[in-house]
Amino acid sequence: MELTRREFLKLCSASAVGMGLSQMAVPKLVHALEEAAAKKPPVIWLQGANCTGCLVSLLNTAHPTIAEVLTRIVSLEYQSNVMAASGELAFSYLDTIAEKAKGEFFLLMEGAIPTKDNGIYCTIGEKDGKEVTVLDMVKQIGPKAKAIVAVGDCASFGGIPAGKPNPTDCQPISKIISGVPIINIQGCPPHPDWLLGTIVHVLLFGIPELDKLGRPKLFFGETVHQNCPNYSYFSEGKFAKKFGDPGCLINLGCKGPMANSDCPLRKWNSGVNWCIGAGSICIGCCSEDFPDGKAPFYAALPKDQWPKADTEIV
Amino acid sequence: MATKKITIDPVTRVEGHLKITVEVNDGKVTDAYSSGTLWRGIEVILKGRDPRDAGQITQRICGVCPMAHGTASILCLDDAFKVEVPDNGRIIRNLMLGANHLQSHILHFYHLAALDYVTGPAIPPFVPRYQGDFRLPPRVNDAYVAHYLQALEMRKKAHEMLAIWGGRMPPQTAMVVGGVTCVPTVDKIAAFLWRLREIRAFVNDVYIPDVLGVADAYADYKKIGAGYGNLLAYGGFPLDSQNKTKLFKAGRFTKDRVLDFDVNSVTEDVKYSRYKSANTGKKPSEGMTEPDAEKEGSYSWLKAPRYEGQPYEVGPLARMWVNGDYRQGISVIDRHAARALEAKKIADAMEEWVLQLKPGQPACAESKLPDSAEGAGLTEGARGALGHWIKIVNKKIDNYQAVVPTTWNCSPRDDKDVRGPVEEALCGTRIVDTDNPLEVVRIVRSFDPCIACAVHLIEPSGEMKKFRVI
Repeated sequence: MELTRREFLKLCSASAVGMGLSQMAVPKLVHALEEAAAKKPPVIWLQGANCTGCLVSLLNTAHPTIAEVLTRIVSLEYQSNVMAASGELAFSYLDTIAEKAKGEFFLLMEGAIPTKDNGIYCTIGEKDGKEVTVLDMVKQIGPKAKAIVAVGDCASFGGIPAGKPNPTDCQPISKIISGVPIINIQGCPPHPDWLLGTIVHVLLFGIPELDKLGRPKLFFGETVHQNCPNYSYFSEGKFAKKFGDPGCLINLGCKGPMANSDCPLRKWNSGVNWCIGAGSICIGCCSEDFPDGKAPFYAALPKDQWPKADTEIV
Repeated sequence: MATKKITIDPVTRVEGHLKITVEVNDGKVTDAYSSGTLWRGIEVILKGRDPRDAGQITQRICGVCPMAHGTASILCLDDAFKVEVPDNGRIIRNLMLGANHLQSHILHFYHLAALDYVTGPAIPPFVPRYQGDFRLPPRVNDAYVAHYLQALEMRKKAHEMLAIWGGRMPPQTAMVVGGVTCVPTVDKIAAFLWRLREIRAFVNDVYIPDVLGVADAYADYKKIGAGYGNLLAYGGFPLDSQNKTKLFKAGRFTKDRVLDFDVNSVTEDVKYSRYKSANTGKKPSEGMTEPDAEKEGSYSWLKAPRYEGQPYEVGPLARMWVNGDYRQGISVIDRHAARALEAKKIADAMEEWVLQLKPGQPACAESKLPDSAEGAGLTEGARGALGHWIKIVNKKIDNYQAVVPTTWNCSPRDDKDVRGPVEEALCGTRIVDTDNPLEVVRIVRSFDPCIACAVHLIEPSGEMKKFRVI
């Protein structure tokens, strides 16, 4: 009735295009990765106060494809949107795998963690007839992880559910768990390359170099503004007055100077476009203070906060 | 014989946090409870913000259907700002919403629902799984697994189509009050059209035949999971600048008749919801969302929306039925079939729309933020009827409410103790093996629940919860 693993892998290779993250498309590295992933490190993906946008963004990965991620890079042991099991069968497996793979599994956290009223605003399953909060589950299995990857703004810094007035007192996972390495992959949602590139880096070379906020410098080292194709408009002082006009979009609310990501170079959805490429502003979702620090999104950045033309890049 | 209680928590392969509980007597479901188990308070968070930010923030209600929320929100703002959208803007919005419907329907059948009928390979996340009633012969089963993988690429391409206009997905950033920020060009039209043709071929040659294959092998599911038989659609995909005609019309079906829809007949009860009871029975535009987590008797963060006091099912089956495109029946199989046929209807329409774009012409009208105004935005998300309501005072959001498809479908009991549509659809179902309750999850997943939506948008005042399906 069911395919063997070997048959399934064959099927995946047939249906998928070649493998290789844009950061590391060298065959030798791919080989090294397959060696490193031969044991397929177990991954537990938990969701708290989330919207599932981070998972959907990951599904959009171009190279490797998501099928290859699941079959060749990691063993996705628990992920409630895609796993076959339901209910008790699924939820008890979470305990089993966290114990069995203690110190070896990676915890990928999507969503913030409500802490108000002991976290009752988010329960993720039932055990012994009682609802279990994501707060309790994170405290229980977080310390057993080899490393934690906070996927997206909510898990990294609080994000949307922690926006004023933060009705459920949502916190990032770094405020709940200590003693385990935590990598913050910001973005609302993150680009799939940022998440997979980080996982591949961990498997091949260990934890990538992080900035003060726990973000990999590889992806978040420069501002959107620094690499923006409208940068020359900004330098020349040519500013769009309405959407659809050519020019720098800073007066329409663009937060590119206050956001850290490589979006202008990497682009999204297999590289077809990105926010500013669609004539839109950058709303600054790649920053630790999104959304409140970037709102109102469509209000011009005050001139005293503008970067200096041509002298800002260092 | 003693009552056996089955709790499924979490109900996986849905968006969000859902719990379902059923009571089984003599092998049959005699009662059911549907609970959302996350509340974030998005409506509360929106209060006091710049109204234009709602178009971005509400897309974060749900990462699977941000385009639906973005559409409802922007329609709501267009209404409040009193701005007429140019044809290019209207068409590009329709193309983006349609692309997300295609993405969502393909994802739902292959990646959320199919593993209730098809066995995947013996590696996580395909194991562990329920044992028992899997009926497809090995070679057919293997073909479905291959299509599961192919469908991953197709849904990704549908998001690429959306990003051609929207910048990225999820969520897009191009929709603004008055239209969209991008200007159509011939290269974008071509990039969109050729991807669309590939997806149309997949829908016609793979998706629809696969649904029919499941319908044959599991033919008894044409008689399972009917529920009340009340269907409701708000209508969506405007075909002219005044929104007079739409691809899907608004309406409802009850007691063998198709009737008109009047938004003023929608109210929300909270007797069994974790919100203060003083706010029960209100219209969405007047609703409040004040959480009361420990309220006695409450079991869900979802409210109970009702039309003239009655529960209604929403979604592709409701839309296709009201529109006269599909009237085969109401059941688990009919929901999957109507969804697949709707994907074809939308994809066919999109090919006409994209060729109506006028390259280089404006796609956005200018508008001014009003001091005070009210607006409503009704549309059809992939999962059904979706409405947003805004009240603006002193250029800020004074109240924001959303009533979303899964709130209709997965609602708890109302003030008259009448079950929600999913709860009712479960009742009367024979459960062969209570340790492997495949019948329950097949019924629940046929509705394509999206709990983040249901809890995040359900309340105008801004709080949300999660659902659980038992």
